[in-house]
Amino acid sequence: MAVEAENANFSLSSLWYDKRNRAIVLQIITVSIFVWFVYQIVNNAVTNMENQGLNPGFGFMSQIAGFNPTSPEFNLTSFDVNSSTHGDVFVLGIVNTLLISFVGVILATIVGFVVGVLRLSNNLLIKLLATTYIEVMRNIPLLLHIFIWYFGVVLFLPQLMGALPEGGRGVTGINFLGLDMIFMSNRGINFPSPVLEAGWQVILIAFIAAIAGIVFLSKWAKKRQDETGQIFPVLWASLGLIIGLPILAYFIAGQPVSWDIPQATRFNLKGGASMPGHMMGLLMALVVYTGAFIAENVRSGIQSVSHGQTEAAFALGIRPNVTMRKIIIPQAMRVIIPPMTSQYLNLTKNSSLAVAIGYPDLVNIFTGVSLNQTGNAVEIIALTMLVYLTISLTISIFMNWYNKRVALVER
Amino acid sequence: MSDIAYVKTELSPTLPPPPNAAGPMKWLKDNLFSTWYEAIGTVVASAILIYLFMSIVDWAFVTSVWEASSFEDCLERYTGHPVGACWGFVDARFNQFMFGPYPTDSYWRPIIVGILLVAGLLPIMFEQIPGRKIAAPLMLGIFPWLSVALLHGPIEMTTLDSGLGIGVTALLFVLGIALGLYGRKNFNPGQTMIGFGVAYCIGVMYFLAWGLGLETIATNKYGGFMLTLILSAVGIGVSLPLGIVLALGRRASNMPLIQMLCIGFIELVRAVPLITILFMAQFMLPLFLPEGVDFDNLVRALVGVSLFSSAYMAEVVRGGLQAIPKGQFEAADALGLNYSMSMRLIILPQALKIVIPNIVSTFIGLFKDTTLVSIIGLLDLLLTMKQAITSTKWLGMEHTGYIFVGLIYLVCCFGMSRYSIYLEKKLHTGHKR
Repeated sequence: MAVEAENANFSLSSLWYDKRNRAIVLQIITVSIFVWFVYQIVNNAVTNMENQGLNPGFGFMSQIAGFNPTSPEFNLTSFDVNSSTHGDVFVLGIVNTLLISFVGVILATIVGFVVGVLRLSNNLLIKLLATTYIEVMRNIPLLLHIFIWYFGVVLFLPQLMGALPEGGRGVTGINFLGLDMIFMSNRGINFPSPVLEAGWQVILIAFIAAIAGIVFLSKWAKKRQDETGQIFPVLWASLGLIIGLPILAYFIAGQPVSWDIPQATRFNLKGGASMPGHMMGLLMALVVYTGAFIAENVRSGIQSVSHGQTEAAFALGIRPNVTMRKIIIPQAMRVIIPPMTSQYLNLTKNSSLAVAIGYPDLVNIFTGVSLNQTGNAVEIIALTMLVYLTISLTISIFMNWYNKRVALVER
Repeated sequence: MSDIAYVKTELSPTLPPPPNAAGPMKWLKDNLFSTWYEAIGTVVASAILIYLFMSIVDWAFVTSVWEASSFEDCLERYTGHPVGACWGFVDARFNQFMFGPYPTDSYWRPIIVGILLVAGLLPIMFEQIPGRKIAAPLMLGIFPWLSVALLHGPIEMTTLDSGLGIGVTALLFVLGIALGLYGRKNFNPGQTMIGFGVAYCIGVMYFLAWGLGLETIATNKYGGFMLTLILSAVGIGVSLPLGIVLALGRRASNMPLIQMLCIGFIELVRAVPLITILFMAQFMLPLFLPEGVDFDNLVRALVGVSLFSSAYMAEVVRGGLQAIPKGQFEAADALGLNYSMSMRLIILPQALKIVIPNIVSTFIGLFKDTTLVSIIGLLDLLLTMKQAITSTKWLGMEHTGYIFVGLIYLVCCFGMSRYSIYLEKKLHTGHKR
């Protein structure tokens, strides 16, 4: 009855005052505004691009770039200034972004876990030290961190080559432990690089075999412990496997890997690999900054595990370090992982600040230099965003999968 | 009666507890030396702390230079002895760090805005200071426009150039007031709001066009800490309401199209770095606008920063909305409240209260992120400092300069995070565990 009456008395005001109609009206209005907006933008963009003589499309990707985005010592995709295109710039940018994010994520996790655990120490002074670190580091903008680390620390390191105090020229950079192998200077770190000779694959196979062995060993040890209660020292055995097996393979295969050690010549170091100064500065800044945030996540995660769990473990006679490893950390991980994911994402996105000190990441060389050269702003920025979107989604998917694995399994 | 040799008949005097079971010794034992590895930790940590403290004191106070006219007074190779901080440099360039290239004889304008900002915010932030009821509407409705007028002076309005424009706007103003008064007489809040809203907007437009009759100072003259504050204030002011709208849109399950738009915007913006959004505002916005229309750099950066932080704010607010039990929504419906009333009176006050710490940390993030505008060439505090230490007169002042900037950010951000803790405690009305 009521429904019929409503339908019969359709009036203009019911478009707004009826909840169901209002939803439809609002959606129509919003979507039409959105469509109109997009239409305007596209229209304007096409007109403006025509007026400025730009040719839209991705043709510019196969043009020769004609600039050198990176230094000869730090060239991961063998970029060649004479023949490489803007497409190669794009690839080099992605590789460099992924490199710094990958190394940064690993180091920041280590720093974060160490500081986060220290923050919970019973020792007042250690707690004070960790708290100071966290509060100072995360309250300073990342860009300033980058400036301080690069302009204030890396560039203040000694020069790599220069006049020696005893006369003549030589290495004046910091020589690690006097080994003549690793040198640190305002140009970055020079270190020995492995040279792979015939038969090096054996080592790789040994390494993979070691990993497989560890997986098998831990499963076997768990099964044995479940059945007999005997504990097998998995950690030490795994360490032995993962270090010992490749070394064994190295000697069996007749030492197929040699080291290219940096040699001092008159003006430069010859050989070896190097990590340039801007990468060092950026990496330090990212690690120190993100580490502080991760430390806070770790702290809150560990604190979220109720104290009763510790007490119960102690009541069962479990030793403190085993309690931490087997009782506290697995439960804390459930709380830690979601915010940790967003910190990893942040670190990846923040690596784009490389543009401030010249590390050749995607935003610096592609969105910066290539855009200035070609003028294809829309395509380049869209591509850049797409890359970050893909990286973000991949990290989220991986972390969601891991999160599901550690999540509470409820019966 | 028996062969008991000795029976004590008096209480023996109470002995003091052993020295390591009470007092300072116990405290030391509990907190610093409970085990041998804790003791090693204590020694190491105190060594680090003492070293840090001594070097900071030495750098900032003992070997520092308080008066300097150029870098020659502050570098070891000129003075002949080790030099710490060069506070003379900060002193010499202090005005620049605060105001950037803003004209020197107009410094009073940003200073007045700053005083008004503090005077308006204090009663809102702290209950103990009276006047919140007056300060809040003034800060929302008048302060933004007043500060625009003070900082910028008159803004050119093409609408008000012609007689027709003036006539139409004046007519609208009068009609708006009339509609508002009519709605008020008939107790129709919708009409009142629309009427007075139109009149208010036109009033603001006229006020901005008049601009207190001051001299116009273009936005490219803004800089230093002032610019940082402008960017963060506008960012905060825009991102909170916009974030709430986006969050509500994302949860409006009866309107799937709006939901999709909101989700798309939020996820896209959150997946890319701020710098690409700023680049987009810098390089793509001019392409998207019709010919002849253009924003200046500051407005572009403001749009970028505000949109970016709204997406983050939307997720924070959504977290709060999700934490509200369904019963609250149902109760509001049962009381017959409409959507806007139930949100305004029931849901949002609770939801926002839960997420205050996260809102403040988004604000802190925004405040820190404003440094990125230096990459697209706006002279914020960090870029002003970078230019100062690369100027020929003050070469080599990296440490002093960057640590000074770092201190400013540290104080502001740390203050904000402390305030959020204070607020959280104050608003905590439930039972504490």
